[in-house]
Amino acid sequence: MSTTSTDQAAEPTYDVRLVVNGTPHEVRLPARRLLSDALRHDLGLTGTHVGCEHGVCGACTVLLDGAPARSCLVLAVSADGAEVTTVEGLTEDDGTPQGRLGPVQQAFVDCHGLQCGFCTPGFLTTITAGLRENPDPTHDEAREMVAGNLCRCTGYQNIVKAVERAADLAGRGRPDGDDARPADGGAA
Amino acid sequence: MKPAPVAYARPTSLTEALELLAGTPDAKVLAGGQSLVPLLNMRLAAPTLLVDINRLPGLDHVMAAPDGVHVGALARHSAVLADAAARRTQPLLADALSHVAHATIRNRGTTVGSIVHADAAAEMPAVLAVLDGHVEVASVRGRRRIEARDLVVGPLQSSLEHDEIALEACFPALDARAGTAFTEISRRQGDYALCGVAAVVALDEDGAVASARCGYLAVHETPAVVDLPALVGARGPLGDDVVTAAADLALGVLDVEGDIHGTAAYRRHLVRVLTARALRTAHDDAVTRTTTRTTAPTPTTGGTA
Repeated sequence: MSTTSTDQAAEPTYDVRLVVNGTPHEVRLPARRLLSDALRHDLGLTGTHVGCEHGVCGACTVLLDGAPARSCLVLAVSADGAEVTTVEGLTEDDGTPQGRLGPVQQAFVDCHGLQCGFCTPGFLTTITAGLRENPDPTHDEAREMVAGNLCRCTGYQNIVKAVERAADLAGRGRPDGDDARPADGGAA
Repeated sequence: MKPAPVAYARPTSLTEALELLAGTPDAKVLAGGQSLVPLLNMRLAAPTLLVDINRLPGLDHVMAAPDGVHVGALARHSAVLADAAARRTQPLLADALSHVAHATIRNRGTTVGSIVHADAAAEMPAVLAVLDGHVEVASVRGRRRIEARDLVVGPLQSSLEHDEIALEACFPALDARAGTAFTEISRRQGDYALCGVAAVVALDEDGAVASARCGYLAVHETPAVVDLPALVGARGPLGDDVVTAAADLALGVLDVEGDIHGTAAYRRHLVRVLTARALRTAHDDAVTRTTTRTTAPTPTTGGTA
């Protein structure tokens, strides 16, 4: 970390190294740059959405060294050296430039969990980490997993279904994975 | 909704951090940032220097000792919540932590940071207060211990000096014949509570209540602790008259204020209901623990570490 100040009026800036979705980046930022803004403005990764900007809505959630964090409540400079996973990093490599949707993304498509799509990136990152910790959540645990994220379309039913669907999709790849539940949760 | 310009330092030793704080009167300590960064974003706080303590060594411990649980300044809520030994030593800690915001916030936010942020609506300051815990702080002038009762002096105001860093919070261990409960009402899970109560009830050797006290959050301008002698001598199950007398006692002490989220009358109602609920649960917990100890001397493991 080093500081430069070219003239009296200039704000000091700091070298920040971030590994975002596996790609190392070095940027020079003022201390007040939020991680959400560093991702969007400085690295051009606009998949991370900014809603409330004070930690309430969850739209800006990214994985910071593997754990979900509100990127609007992290100064980019304090994340120096961290590994960040954004929504752009959730696709799986299938040899094509755009990749294949990951299980949580696919589940949102299957269950119509996006609706307007604004809050979706935060849900996807939160659920990706949540299923890593609890690969086979009960219905209540699926609800709890997304309780910190707001959807102003208020389409929570389909989002909770998508959590369960994603668990099924991811479970197929595991040796002990349960048989997949239907996308509608099996309810009549 | 962007922070004002600010300088930033990331010291790697405590001495360096303390010197930076001593040299800049309006510097702020940055740990988890889950309370500070919203204030910066809304420009309710605009320090000239942020001293990021995240790289200081030896401050991320969660240590369950015979005297209690010692939580270092860099221990995240999630680490404290997941610590099985801490839960055994002082179960109120984990009970209350599960109400602190959401898992995503708990991954970054620190327990000690929440305490010195001194928000009367937060869980951890009230828990530290009801347990008679304390905080260890350091400055260039040396170290000192601040008792929980002396820690919060007003809304978002702690008794730490501007150049002090809280190094550790100590939550005393649960007594052998005691039980705890934590309960709160919020509009949505993870929101700030409209009222929260942490209760500790201890029994004497004959199984009657020896002491009872409740800590309150979100109803008073500071975390409030009320001793409830009305309960002493009572035996379970606690009757309505006993818990009502206890709630009346608490309401006599608390200066319950209303705000946009709930009127004072509604909050007084919540104090009444939650005091009764917390005392009964803590009493049951004490009875269960005492019985378990008598019949099965081997303590339960409470899960894997």
